[in-house]
Amino acid sequence: MTNLSPNESFPLLSILIFSPLLAAAIAAFIRSENLLRWWTLAFTSAAAILSLGLWRQFDPDTAKFQFVELSHWIPFLKVDYAVGIDGISLMLVLLTTLIMPLCVLCSWRYIQTRVKEFMICLLIMETAMVGVFCAMDFVLFFIFWEAMLIPMALLIGIWGGPRKIYASLKFFIYTMSGSIFLLVAIIALRYQVGSFSIPDMMRAGHSLPLGFQYWVFLAFFISFAIKVPMFPFHTWLPAAHVEAPTAGSVLLASVLLKMGTYGFLRFSLPITPDATHFFTPYVLGLSVIAIVYGGLTALAQTDLKKLVAYSSVAHMGFATLGIFALNTFGIQGAVLVMINHGVTTGALFIMVGIIYERLHTRDLGETAGIGRTMPIFSLFAGVFALSSLAFPGTNSFIGEFLVMSGGFAVSKGMMICVVPGVVLAAAYMLRMLQKIAYGGTHNPVYPGLKDLGFREIITLTPLLVFVFWIGLHPEPFTRVMEKSVQNLLEQTRQAPAVASVVRASSFELRTSDLP
Amino acid sequence: MAPTHDIRLLLAVLAPLIGAGLVMATGKRPNVREACSFLAAITLFAITASLIPAIHAGQKLHFTLFQLLPGLSISLRADALSMVFAVSASFLWVITVFYAAGYMRSLQEHEQTRFNTCFALALFGAIGCAFSDNLLTLYLFYEIVSICTYPLVAHHQDEESYAGAEKYITYLTATAKGLILPAMVLIYVLTGNLDFANNINSGILPADVNRWVVTALYACCILGFAKNGVMPFHSWLPSAMVAPTPVSALLHAVAVVKVGVFSTVRVMLFVFGVDRMNALNLGLPTAYFVSITIVVASIVALSKDNLKARLAYSTVSQLSYIILGVALLKPSGIEGGLVHIANHAFSKITLFFCAGAIYVATHKKSISEMNGLGRVMPFTFGAFALASLSMIGAPPVAGFVSKWYLLNGAFDAGSIGIIVVLLVSTLLNTAYFAPVVYNGFFGKPSEADLKHKFTEAHPLMVVPLAITAAISVVIGLYPGFFMSFVHAVL
Repeated sequence: MTNLSPNESFPLLSILIFSPLLAAAIAAFIRSENLLRWWTLAFTSAAAILSLGLWRQFDPDTAKFQFVELSHWIPFLKVDYAVGIDGISLMLVLLTTLIMPLCVLCSWRYIQTRVKEFMICLLIMETAMVGVFCAMDFVLFFIFWEAMLIPMALLIGIWGGPRKIYASLKFFIYTMSGSIFLLVAIIALRYQVGSFSIPDMMRAGHSLPLGFQYWVFLAFFISFAIKVPMFPFHTWLPAAHVEAPTAGSVLLASVLLKMGTYGFLRFSLPITPDATHFFTPYVLGLSVIAIVYGGLTALAQTDLKKLVAYSSVAHMGFATLGIFALNTFGIQGAVLVMINHGVTTGALFIMVGIIYERLHTRDLGETAGIGRTMPIFSLFAGVFALSSLAFPGTNSFIGEFLVMSGGFAVSKGMMICVVPGVVLAAAYMLRMLQKIAYGGTHNPVYPGLKDLGFREIITLTPLLVFVFWIGLHPEPFTRVMEKSVQNLLEQTRQAPAVASVVRASSFELRTSDLP
Repeated sequence: MAPTHDIRLLLAVLAPLIGAGLVMATGKRPNVREACSFLAAITLFAITASLIPAIHAGQKLHFTLFQLLPGLSISLRADALSMVFAVSASFLWVITVFYAAGYMRSLQEHEQTRFNTCFALALFGAIGCAFSDNLLTLYLFYEIVSICTYPLVAHHQDEESYAGAEKYITYLTATAKGLILPAMVLIYVLTGNLDFANNINSGILPADVNRWVVTALYACCILGFAKNGVMPFHSWLPSAMVAPTPVSALLHAVAVVKVGVFSTVRVMLFVFGVDRMNALNLGLPTAYFVSITIVVASIVALSKDNLKARLAYSTVSQLSYIILGVALLKPSGIEGGLVHIANHAFSKITLFFCAGAIYVATHKKSISEMNGLGRVMPFTFGAFALASLSMIGAPPVAGFVSKWYLLNGAFDAGSIGIIVVLLVSTLLNTAYFAPVVYNGFFGKPSEADLKHKFTEAHPLMVVPLAITAAISVVIGLYPGFFMSFVHAVL
C-alpha cells in the first residue's frame, strides 16, 4: 500500500494546510479588533467546512494514503513535498479544523490585548497542526512539528497567566529536547532507508536491523512520550495548561497532545515493528501508571485547570495503552480516545475559561455552587464531565471500552491495575461536578453572575453533538479508520524469526548495526 | 417464539424522560407540574400494562435503539422477568406521585421542581433497566439511576445530606465502574457480544472459559451491582435515608434497590445461566454469602430507634432474600426470589409511606416516641401492621407467598442451613416490627403527645398508603398475577 500515488485533482490538502497562512497575512493588515475576530472566525469556519470535503470524498475501503500530492522539493537531499492522509490522520485533521473556530469563539472576550497577534498565532498553528497530520515526508513533518512550537510558546508566553514565562519556557524546553531525538532518528533512518519518504520507511520496517530499530524506537519514544505526555515526562503539561489562555489550553489538549500518540501510530509501530514488540511491556507499564497516577493527582487538585490537565494525563494513558495493546480493539479504541479527549477535554477547558472570565478564579472552593445560578452552564458541565468519566452513551465510553477490550486480550492482570484509574476518573469528575453544581452549605455569593450567553452556547454545542454522536453511533468514525488500522497492524505484526530472537536475547543494543 | 420488534418498549422508556422535561418546563406552576408527573406515570403504567397480554402469550419483545459496535448495542427487551419489575415499579410511581405531592407540600419543601424532575429521571433509569436487552444497556440505565438520584438524596442540602449523598454516589459508582465495567468488558472479549440469553439455563459464556475466570466475573457481578444492598457494600443505603421520605419510599424500597437486585438476578440467570452455576457450584455458596446479609442486617435493624433507619436495614435484609432464592437454583427457589421483587415492593413502600405520614403529622422519627400514635392515626398504623406482617412472611399478606416458595426451594436444594437462616430471619423480622405496631396501638402516649391532638396526615398521603397496603393483602391472597410472570421466566 505504501507507494504514494498522487491524486491529480484538486490539491485539497495543500489548500487546507497553507490557506491559514494566507489568512494570517491578510489579518496582519486588518486594524479593527472586532473585524479581526470575525475574519479569523469566518476563515477557520470555512476551513472546517472545506475539510468536510475530505470526509465526503474519503474512501474507507482502502488503506492507501489518499488526497496525495507529491512534488520534488530539495532534489539533492531527496526531500519531497508529499502530503496525504489515511483513516487515522483524517480524523485528526477533522478534529483540528473543527476545534479552530471554537478556539476563536472562546477567545472572543477573553483576549483583549494584542488581538491581531493572537489571531495570527492561531492561524499559523492551524497550518502547522494540519501539516503535521498530512505530511508524508519526514523532513516536511519535522518542519511542521517544529513550526508548532513557536506560536504555541507565544500563546502561553504573551497571553498567559501570572507565571506565563516559566510555563512557556518549560513547554519549549521539554518539547525541543524531544524534537532533537526525533531529528537524529530521522537522519539515521534516512541513511538506513535512503529516503525521507514516510511510506518508504514503513515498507523498510522489518528489514531494518534489530539494534538499529531499538535506537530509533527509543529516540521516537522520548520525543513522542514528552508530547503525549506520558508519565514521567508529563510535568510540563499542568504548568502549560494553568498559564495558557483558554484557546491555548484547548489547542494543547485537543490537538497537540494527539501528535505524540499520532507519532507512535504513524512512525514507531510501522517503522520499528520489532523494537515495538520488544518495548511493548514497558510502554504498557508506563501507560497503566499514567492512568492511575493521573487519576490520583487529578483527585487532589483544587485548581480546575490542573484537575482537567491531570485528567488528560490519565486519558492519554488510555490512548497509549490501546496503541501498544497492538490489536484491532486497542488501536481503534486509542484513535477514538484521542478524538474523544479532543472533544471532551477541549470542552472542559472552554468551561473552565467561561468560569474564569466571570469570576477571575479557577479555585474549586471559590467556584462552589455557581451552578445554581447558572443552570445552562451546569447542564453543559454535567454532560462533559460525564463524558470525561466515560459514562455509557457518551463518546469516551466507546473509546475506553475498546481500549479495555484490547487490554484484556493482552493481559488480565494489567487491566486489573487499570481499574482503579477508571474508578478515579469517576471520583474526580463527580467531585468537580458536585462542587460546581452544589458546593457546600456555605457557598460564596456572586451577585449578577450571568448564565451562558449565545456565543458560549454556540461554542459548546458542536462538541456536545460529538459527545453523543460518537457515543451512540460510532460506526461512521470506526469505519473510516478500520482499513488503516488493519493495515497498520499488518505492518507491525511480528516476524516469527525476529520474535524468537527478541525473546532469546535480552535487551542488547548492538552498536555495530548502526550506520 | 421469535422475538417481535415493538415500539412500545421505546415509548415506555421515553415516557418518564419526556415527563421529566415537562416537569422541568412547567416548574413555575406546581399544579401543572404535578399533573405532568402524573401524566408521565400513568402513561408509563398504561404502556407497561399493554405489554402484559403479549408476554402472557409467551412472546419476547425487542427494540434496538443504537448499534454501537458489532455485538454491542443499546437495545430493549420485554420478557416475563422484566414485567415483574416494570409493572410493580410503574404502578407504584403513579401512587407515589400523589403521596409525594402531599408530603412535599405539607412540609413546604424547597426545590420541588428539581425533586420531581429527578424523580422522573430515576424512573426513566429504572424502567430502562427493566427493559434492558443486554449487559451494556443494563449498565447504562443502572448508571443513569445512580446519577439522577444524587440530587434526590442531597435534597436538603445540609451537611448531613451532602455526607449521605457523597457516600451514596461513591459506593454506587465505585462498585459499578470498578467491578461491573471490567467484568462487562471481559465478557465482551470472551463472547463477542453482551446480549442476554433467551432462557435461564444456557447463559452466554462459551464452554471453554476457565472456571476461575467465570467465578471471578460472577463475584464481580454479585458485588458490583451494589444497589442490591449485599454486604459489605450495603452502607450507602442507610446513609441515603437522609432523602425526603417519598424518595426513600419509591427509590430506596422499589426503584433503586430493585434495580440492583433485578440486575444481579438478570445477570445470574441470563449471563451465567443455571447450568453453568450448577457446574461451577456457585449457587449454594452465594446463598450462604447473602445469608450473612440477611441475618446481620436484621440484627442491626433491631438496634435502630430511628424508624427510617430500621426500615433501611430491613430493606438490606429483604433484598438478599431475592438473591438467595435465585441462588438456590431450584424452580421454587427462583420463583420465590423473583416474586419477592414485587411483593417486597408493595409492602416496603407502604412502610415507608407510613413513616413519612407519621413524620408529617407528628414530626417524630424515633420509634420510642411513637407510643399510642396508632390510636390517633389508625389508618397509617393499620397499614403499617399489614405491611409488617408481609415482611415477616405471615399469611395472608404478600410476603407469605415469597417465603413459602423460598422455603420450598431450600428444601429442594436440601440445605438445612438455608432453612435455618429463613427461620431465624423470620423471628428477627418479628422482633423488630412487632414492637412498632404493638406500641403504636397499645403503648401509653406521653403527656406532651396527649396535649398535641395529633391526627392523620393529609389524605393525599393516607390514601396511597392504604392502597398499597390493600394491594399487599390482595397479592397475598391472589398471588396469580405476578406468579404467572415468574412461572414464565423458568
